[in-house]
Amino acid sequence: MFLANADVRKVARLARLAMDETEIEAARTQLSGIFALIAEMQAVDTQGIAPMSHAQDVAQRLREDIVTEANQRELFQSIAPQVEAGLYLVPQVIE
Amino acid sequence: MLNSSLQQLGSALRAKKISSVELTQLYLDRIAALNPALNAYITTHAETSLAQARAADARLSGGTAQALTGIPIAQKDIFCAKGWRTTCGSKMLENFVAPYDAHVIGQFNSAGAVNLGKTNMDEFAMGSSNETSYFGAVKNPWDQNAVPGGSSGGSACAVAARLCAAATGTDTGGSIRQPAALCGISGLKPTYGTVSRYGMIAFASSLDQAGPMARSAEDLALLLNTMAGFDERDSTSLQRDKEDYARDLSKPLTGLRIGLPKEFFAEGLSSDVGKAVETAIAEYKKLGASIVEISLPNSKLSVPVYYVLAPAEASSNLSRFDGVRYGYRAPDYTDLADMYEKSRAQGFGAEVKRRIMIGTYVLSHGYYDAYYLQAQKIRRLIAQDFTDAFKQCDIIIGPTSPSTAFKLGEKGDDPVQMYLSDIYTIAVNLAGLPGMSIPCGFGAANMPVGLQIIGNYFAEAHMLNAAHQYQLATDWHVRTPNGI
Repeated sequence: MFLANADVRKVARLARLAMDETEIEAARTQLSGIFALIAEMQAVDTQGIAPMSHAQDVAQRLREDIVTEANQRELFQSIAPQVEAGLYLVPQVIE
Repeated sequence: MLNSSLQQLGSALRAKKISSVELTQLYLDRIAALNPALNAYITTHAETSLAQARAADARLSGGTAQALTGIPIAQKDIFCAKGWRTTCGSKMLENFVAPYDAHVIGQFNSAGAVNLGKTNMDEFAMGSSNETSYFGAVKNPWDQNAVPGGSSGGSACAVAARLCAAATGTDTGGSIRQPAALCGISGLKPTYGTVSRYGMIAFASSLDQAGPMARSAEDLALLLNTMAGFDERDSTSLQRDKEDYARDLSKPLTGLRIGLPKEFFAEGLSSDVGKAVETAIAEYKKLGASIVEISLPNSKLSVPVYYVLAPAEASSNLSRFDGVRYGYRAPDYTDLADMYEKSRAQGFGAEVKRRIMIGTYVLSHGYYDAYYLQAQKIRRLIAQDFTDAFKQCDIIIGPTSPSTAFKLGEKGDDPVQMYLSDIYTIAVNLAGLPGMSIPCGFGAANMPVGLQIIGNYFAEAHMLNAAHQYQLATDWHVRTPNGI
């Protein structure tokens, strides 16, 4: 399968990755090679086969809806790029 | 001391022949001398390691020591360790100091082991050569122009170069077994769900599994005893009774049925690797095993299936790196979307971005059924092949990697060639089975060859038995690189 630069641009936007045109072109070539490898899958007849999402057939465990972690706001915010008054700072999103 | 088994080291520590502080200092000195060339460690913190060693010595004196108390272990830099910089080999986490311990780290801490430092790795464990690390490639101690394998290349190098007593790794598509093979050490990826993933930075959650890397199967058993066990903080952790993985080590191999998958000995396998593996099979026959030819007909599809599933899960897992709560934030941006896009573009390396884009594409509208769902269905076929094979044999044996360590830079520009170096290991992750690699000789240019042993679900003790008996009969695992 062959990707167009427009496909790569769309995927980069969905993945929130800034890319210039040179990077888009390079990514297109490499991704096309990888998708050629992946294409081997398409010929396999999988009718009636159930998808396998996990190696073991185990059910999701449930737990009581209670707080199990202690509040460590200061510790966790000490590694944030920008905080003020206990809040994470990001560029303004509402005018 | 550098070549003693963990059991011997434990006995020496308990008998006060050496203190944990002395042992830790011995390794710290070796790291200071050899790491500038090998680049196996990203972070060491002598003060913290020595404080742990002093605490271990107190415990040894107090008579409350366990098997690993006082033993210096290297931790792959994918495990969060409270107060330790934890980078996952990425610029994104260059300054990230973990605020909590991964379950694995907690287990070693409770056992009284010493954290010797954090080992280098491919960025977010995405790579087979350690060349994608933001902190530079690790060198193979057998040939410093060759790669150590990846992604747990720093741990493999550290064990091979005697820069630690043992190490931890993680394996999503071969990341413990392939570097173990290329560096001439032993490594084990347990059954999926055996070791908790809590605090282990996620790559592909349905495949990621932590395991030990060491100089012998006997050491691996001791380490797995500490690492394994149920943890409610990992929703995929399996609730099983605690087991002693060393319990079967000394059993004879008489009557063992070994399956050889014909697909693992076909085109693509280097002749030197093939020869070393054949010699190992002959040794197993001498030890009383019988050989059965088996077939894993869908294993050839494991690389394409893996390169849909792993990037899909990675694209989702790595969406958490947005420059808001932790990790890298770009210095200049115009608005929120621009901040996300620039922080991620600047914080992630090329291979990580490539995989995020593959994953984003295969999960995007209109492609889900054709790629993701189809890959999950073939995953079941691959797992079924193994289930059928284990009706005829007890363990499966073959090469770990199609070649010995390749040169640094050799496969750098061609991701597909790099991906194919995991052709024998990936199917094991897709099936969720345990797999290990042990040294079985040397190939061209005197580089180590790894023998892969694959077991049925929860057959770790059995595999370790097969590996240990082989290591009693051979000496490949005790060979050391020149100058080490």
